Amino acid sequence: MANSAIEIRGAVKRYGAIEAVGGVDLRIERGEVFGLIGHNGAGKSTLFKMMLGLIPATAGDIRIDGTSINGKAFREVRRGVGYLPENVVLYENLNGLETLDFFASLKGLRNLDGRAMLERVGLAEAGDRRVKTYSKGMRQRLGFAQALLGEPRLMFLDEPTNGLDPEGIREFYGLLREQRDRGATIVLTSHILSEIQERVDRLAIMKTGRIQALGAVSSLREQMRLPLLFELRLAPGAEDAVRAALTGVDASAFSLRGERATVQCPRESKMRMVAAICGLGAHILDVQIREPSLEDVFLGYSG
Amino acid sequence: MELRPIGILARKEFRDRIRNRWVLAVALIFTAFALVIAYFGSAQQGAVGFHGIEATIASLVSLVIYLVPLIALILGFDAVVGERERGSLDLLLSMPLTRLELLLGKFLGLSAALTCSTVIGFGVAGAVLAYWQPTASIYHYVGFVLSSVLFGMSFLSLAVAVSVVASDRARASGAAIALWFFFVLVYDLLLLGGLVATGGEYGAEATPYLLLLNPADVYRILNIFGLEDLRTMYGLTTVFPAELASPALLGAVMLAWIAAPLAVASWRFRK
Repeated sequence: MANSAIEIRGAVKRYGAIEAVGGVDLRIERGEVFGLIGHNGAGKSTLFKMMLGLIPATAGDIRIDGTSINGKAFREVRRGVGYLPENVVLYENLNGLETLDFFASLKGLRNLDGRAMLERVGLAEAGDRRVKTYSKGMRQRLGFAQALLGEPRLMFLDEPTNGLDPEGIREFYGLLREQRDRGATIVLTSHILSEIQERVDRLAIMKTGRIQALGAVSSLREQMRLPLLFELRLAPGAEDAVRAALTGVDASAFSLRGERATVQCPRESKMRMVAAICGLGAHILDVQIREPSLEDVFLGYSG
Repeated sequence: MELRPIGILARKEFRDRIRNRWVLAVALIFTAFALVIAYFGSAQQGAVGFHGIEATIASLVSLVIYLVPLIALILGFDAVVGERERGSLDLLLSMPLTRLELLLGKFLGLSAALTCSTVIGFGVAGAVLAYWQPTASIYHYVGFVLSSVLFGMSFLSLAVAVSVVASDRARASGAAIALWFFFVLVYDLLLLGGLVATGGEYGAEATPYLLLLNPADVYRILNIFGLEDLRTMYGLTTVFPAELASPALLGAVMLAWIAAPLAVASWRFRK
């Protein structure tokens, strides 16, 4: 099939005078891991719910697997969709196994091995306990197990690592890798940018209901033309010599604090700067080169 | 429309109410009230004790008109708005089911719970009455219980409609209480007031039809009209023409009272 997993054209959502999503065009390919990033209120959760057909669009067209979300055929598409809402709320009076059983039967899945599923998300021991006794992290794990039911072709994960401890976050991304390896398309949002940037193929940065930037992390960095950062530790009394030697290298900016100096320079000057630093010999005790993180990109766009 | 998701949702709602002992508690309330009313119901005629089934049914009908709508409204008012407020509605709606199926599933599950409580509660009371006073009018009693079930479902349907329309649980509970006041207490007073104020000149012919616009009145007529002695005692024949009082017609009106609020709810829910 030539259809993209998700195709959004001119999607708009207005609540009265407020425009929550303003004209979004987006195409997410099959098997892609796609990140959606933005501040609270940037419109990413609204866009998420529009893609799932939970909120009708004011204007525009959204297709999942080539099927319009407004049509009757979308019901079939939903069987192949796994959704983990932000701050997932499950039924307190059901236990873990019953919860999975309930959602599996709604999805029309037979022969569910609930215990194996719970084991995958680290809840093997808690299957017979009611959800009301679960911690926040356990609920999130159970919610994720729910989203995994039936090996969905398409997964929507809204802030999936919310409430998980570092161990849980690591396990979560392990499971996510499995899903990606079997060819699932995954759309996820996160506030923890350093966490997401290593794990998505592409991402979109949203601000006030619009997509401000779209692309692979590396290409976004390129587009932003963020400078590289050299952090130097200087030998005592070497300040003047270092300042004199490095200030002249292209359009670099030099700043000094005690025995530490920071030099910003354009990417293309990287090797010239390295050469200049090496030329300083014993004046420099240590050097670190810092790549701009996605946080910098993010703040650059929507800060 | 598919039946399977409706059944799954209905089963869950029903199981929830069994588990949190709602069904048991309400059945006990019904049994206790029914026995007390049956015993003391004829006190105004100067005697207490279990009497004829017809007089007992008349007393129980008055009880049901107050109690069952209240319980049905409490049961159903947060069916949808509760899930929305807690945040579980989105996940449910992301499943392969339509909004109509979701509503029907919830409604039928809650109806099953209410039906269980009603049948058990009044069934136990009926068995006690039958033991005390063997009677041939068990047929009437079964009719009374059946109509009480339908009556409860009509208010449950109203409650589900409220829970779709209301923006939060507080408003939904307020609206549910307002509905109870209107249909159970205010509506008849308004009709009566209208008749008295105009000296019966206007609206006297319309009164029987206006009574059909209140499920509580439909329920009352359905039960009282079938009982020869009571009809005259309540003076119903003077305001309600016999041709309108066929159980089939009244039953159909009651079913319409179940269907109409659900239809409104479904329409609003889709928007």
